[in-house]
Amino acid sequence: MKYCLALILALHCTLSAWAGEAVPLAEDPVVEQRMIAISEELRCLVCQNESLAGSRADLAQDLRRELRTLVKANKSDAEIMEYMVSRYGDFVRYRPPVKPMTWMLWFGPFLLLIGAIVVLVRTVRRNQRGETPAALDPDQRKKAQALLKDTGTSS
Amino acid sequence: MIPEIGHFALILALFVALALGTLGVIGGQQGRADWMALARPGAQALWLLAVISFGCLTYAFFTNDFSVSYVAQHSNTKLPDIYRIAGVWGGHEGSLLLWFVMLCTWMMAVSLFSRQLPDVMVSRVLAVLALVAVGFLLFMLITSNPFLRLAEIPAEGRDLNPLLQDPGLVFHPPMLYMGYVGMAVPFAFSIAALLNGRLDAAWARWTRPWATAAWICLTIGIAMGSWWAYYELGWGGWWFWDPVENASFLPWLVGSALIHSLAVTEKRGLFRSWTIMLSIIGFSLSLLGTFLVRSGVLTSVHAFATDPKRGVFILLFLAAVVGGSLTLFAARSGKVRSGGAFSLISRETFLLVNNVLLTTAAAAVLLGTLYPLIIDALNLGKLSVGPPYFNAVFAPIMLPVLFFMVVGSFARWKNDSVAELAKKLGPVAAVSVLLGCSAPLLAGPWSWLVALALSLVFWIVLTSFQHIYRQLKGTSNWRVIPLAYWGMHLAHIGIAICVVGITMVKGYETEKDVRMAVGDTVEVGGYTFRLKGISEVPGPNYTADRGVVELIKNGKVLRTLEPEKRTYFSSTMPMTETAIDSNLTRDVYVALGERLEDSATPAWAMRVYHKPFVTWIWYGSLLMAVGGALAALDRRYRRKAAATAPTHAKGVAA
Amino acid sequence: MKMKALIPLGLFAVLVVFLAIGLTRDPHEIPSPLIGKPAPLFTAPQLKSPGQQFSAKDMLGKVWILNTWASWCVACRQEHPILVEFAKTKTIAVIGLDYKDQNVDGLQWLARYGDPYDLSVTDRDGRIGIDFGVYGVPESFLIDKAGVIRYKQIGPITEEALRDKILPLVRELEK
Repeated sequence: MKYCLALILALHCTLSAWAGEAVPLAEDPVVEQRMIAISEELRCLVCQNESLAGSRADLAQDLRRELRTLVKANKSDAEIMEYMVSRYGDFVRYRPPVKPMTWMLWFGPFLLLIGAIVVLVRTVRRNQRGETPAALDPDQRKKAQALLKDTGTSS
Repeated sequence: MIPEIGHFALILALFVALALGTLGVIGGQQGRADWMALARPGAQALWLLAVISFGCLTYAFFTNDFSVSYVAQHSNTKLPDIYRIAGVWGGHEGSLLLWFVMLCTWMMAVSLFSRQLPDVMVSRVLAVLALVAVGFLLFMLITSNPFLRLAEIPAEGRDLNPLLQDPGLVFHPPMLYMGYVGMAVPFAFSIAALLNGRLDAAWARWTRPWATAAWICLTIGIAMGSWWAYYELGWGGWWFWDPVENASFLPWLVGSALIHSLAVTEKRGLFRSWTIMLSIIGFSLSLLGTFLVRSGVLTSVHAFATDPKRGVFILLFLAAVVGGSLTLFAARSGKVRSGGAFSLISRETFLLVNNVLLTTAAAAVLLGTLYPLIIDALNLGKLSVGPPYFNAVFAPIMLPVLFFMVVGSFARWKNDSVAELAKKLGPVAAVSVLLGCSAPLLAGPWSWLVALALSLVFWIVLTSFQHIYRQLKGTSNWRVIPLAYWGMHLAHIGIAICVVGITMVKGYETEKDVRMAVGDTVEVGGYTFRLKGISEVPGPNYTADRGVVELIKNGKVLRTLEPEKRTYFSSTMPMTETAIDSNLTRDVYVALGERLEDSATPAWAMRVYHKPFVTWIWYGSLLMAVGGALAALDRRYRRKAAATAPTHAKGVAA
Repeated sequence: MKMKALIPLGLFAVLVVFLAIGLTRDPHEIPSPLIGKPAPLFTAPQLKSPGQQFSAKDMLGKVWILNTWASWCVACRQEHPILVEFAKTKTIAVIGLDYKDQNVDGLQWLARYGDPYDLSVTDRDGRIGIDFGVYGVPESFLIDKAGVIRYKQIGPITEEALRDKILPLVRELEK
């Protein structure tokens, strides 16, 4: 009886010792890291509002599996992207490629900004040149100062 | 019976709004005081009808009246009470009714808080808002009636989408809609002014608190949406540049530009055309957002069930409202003279530069959101524009905004010099860069992007404190410093805090994706998580697997977290309920994944995150909103047009 | 009226035109980049006789349709009667790709709904589908004598698609 109890106790201790540091879900965390980084740039074709990294759709899991194989085979980022684009088209990239069709997209905002700043500077300069307010004479100046003192510079 | 009353209230409201709209505009043109006097009571009557209609729909939901088609589609007898009420706006038709109620609420507010405005102005503003209401009422009555009855009454409803069965649904949509719809008020003020021909400083002063109020609601609404997505979706993201998110962000960006442009128009009578343009664009973006969500032209996780008829209607409405306003603007723009000049280094310039930057940022986001549509319409194929694009383009445009923000409050109106500004701000700049570059070292590996962002944060905070210090030193009685001054600094500091959250999370968050059996531990960000057990827990309309996870630091158990994986009866997709321990410096976040079938001992996929300072994103937004509230409540907006109470503070805020 | 002031209106008008066109498009549909490119040359076990392999190379010199289907696919039941009728006309070969399915289930499904295919192959892990850019079942590919993909039907084949797009193209390719 005592022997059985001791055995059970010993078994229990060894089993608890096995409950240790959780194992990463991925077989190879380094490969996984790279795969996730790439799949965050890709769009899930089924749940089209999620990245391939986050989607739980079947196709997404299959595609992640394929990407993992490609990463393990030491393919470059460009080659992996090409693998996806040749099968699914540019739609699958979340970062639109820079080609004539997307020049407006990538360069538009900055050109707009530069243009706006140029217009701003020109308008300010033009306004300045146009306006030369007449200087106040001493009476008007006294009146102005009194008003300012009365109401403060805010109003 | 009740749904019919609700329906009838909408029909009645249509006639009231039509009357209010036409009589208000024509009355204003012809100076008919009797017609203009109908404005306030008309708006109040409209509000009453809106509330009655909304109440009827809520009643139908709460009493599980499945003879109403909309209720049958979005509710269920097992749905908890609170979601039977919040579910009213969970679908397309009900959310339109919410839109309408919000519009009437703003109209009610304008009718009540406008004693100091001339009657002709009030009647025009309410008339414009009433005409917008007509559009929405027609939309509802013709294509999206929430009160349609079913011929065959189902025994049970379909259920509210499980993702929506969360307190977030109770607060986020109403707040966001208040903001969206609120942008109609400065829009109405601008239209009224264009019709009127009167665009003076008084007009700007009247419009400003309304623009600020709408902006506050948008700020809180967007922040709530972001926080809800963060804790609800289970993988720690808080912004996805989804088309519908962008649809709410665009009016916010333009609204931010608008409140600052109004400041200059009020103070110096400048930028009048630009201010009018911004208020028209702001509301147009709200309407555009409505179109994008409900027409099916863009894929979005937020999109409602689509119907081409609805898309066409909204597009026509959008074309009419925006086309009409822009035509009016073009016709009257000659009359809008902006006088006054200012030099290249002046407060006006800094405000204008940030205006330009904010508007460009908005244009970039709009371009990215619509580009796939444009390319498809031109038959050039299908393209996706996602977070990588937005992050790459948005951040560089916004960083200078952070820099120029407080410089504006130091610069003098009309004319200042770089030398003067450098003298005042040089030391603070140096200290900011020093602190900004050294702070990242405390958190982890150094990155120049984090250093840049943190330097800008210190810059904003320190210059704000410097400004406040000088202000207090220069005044004998701090009580006369207007509320708007404190509001401004609070809001700017709020933005800085928000940026801290964004920067630290993006720069230093860590996560681990592991398999855990009972007793296993995983370590992330200096914390240890131990899985104590998983049990099955039933809920009112779901069953859940609930995990018990101990949060341990330095060997001490701080608390237990209970993440869940719920399967709702009405849906096949399991839902994750994350468990988060939150404090001021970090969130630790546990999400329970699938049960793994590949081992003898039961094991589960678990994701644990450490997110430093993530809550600062939302605290910062809250501070921004509080700052805005202080600014909107400033006494000078409540001053009657006749009396002019002199203020004695000097050198106060814009 | 200043000309400059009409610019915002002009830009808005352009936007409305784009939005209107957008209403006629389906943002979910993804056109295939493989049109005009050689179909992936795959080999796969046959559904009815798993010991035997089928190779796409065997079809060179013939015009044929590759149709992806699965027993779990609801929309496939929509197009199936049309395929069965089409197969009876013996116009061209129709090869089925049983996508991410169990053999047992696939065979049962064909027994129940009819078998229009000259033969079906199994794609248990979905890899062949991925090579063809399949993202939703059913999808069909019309392949010419040189092994080049000439047309892709996204979703079930409808009577209109068959009559207006597929059959005319088949006649052209057979020449």
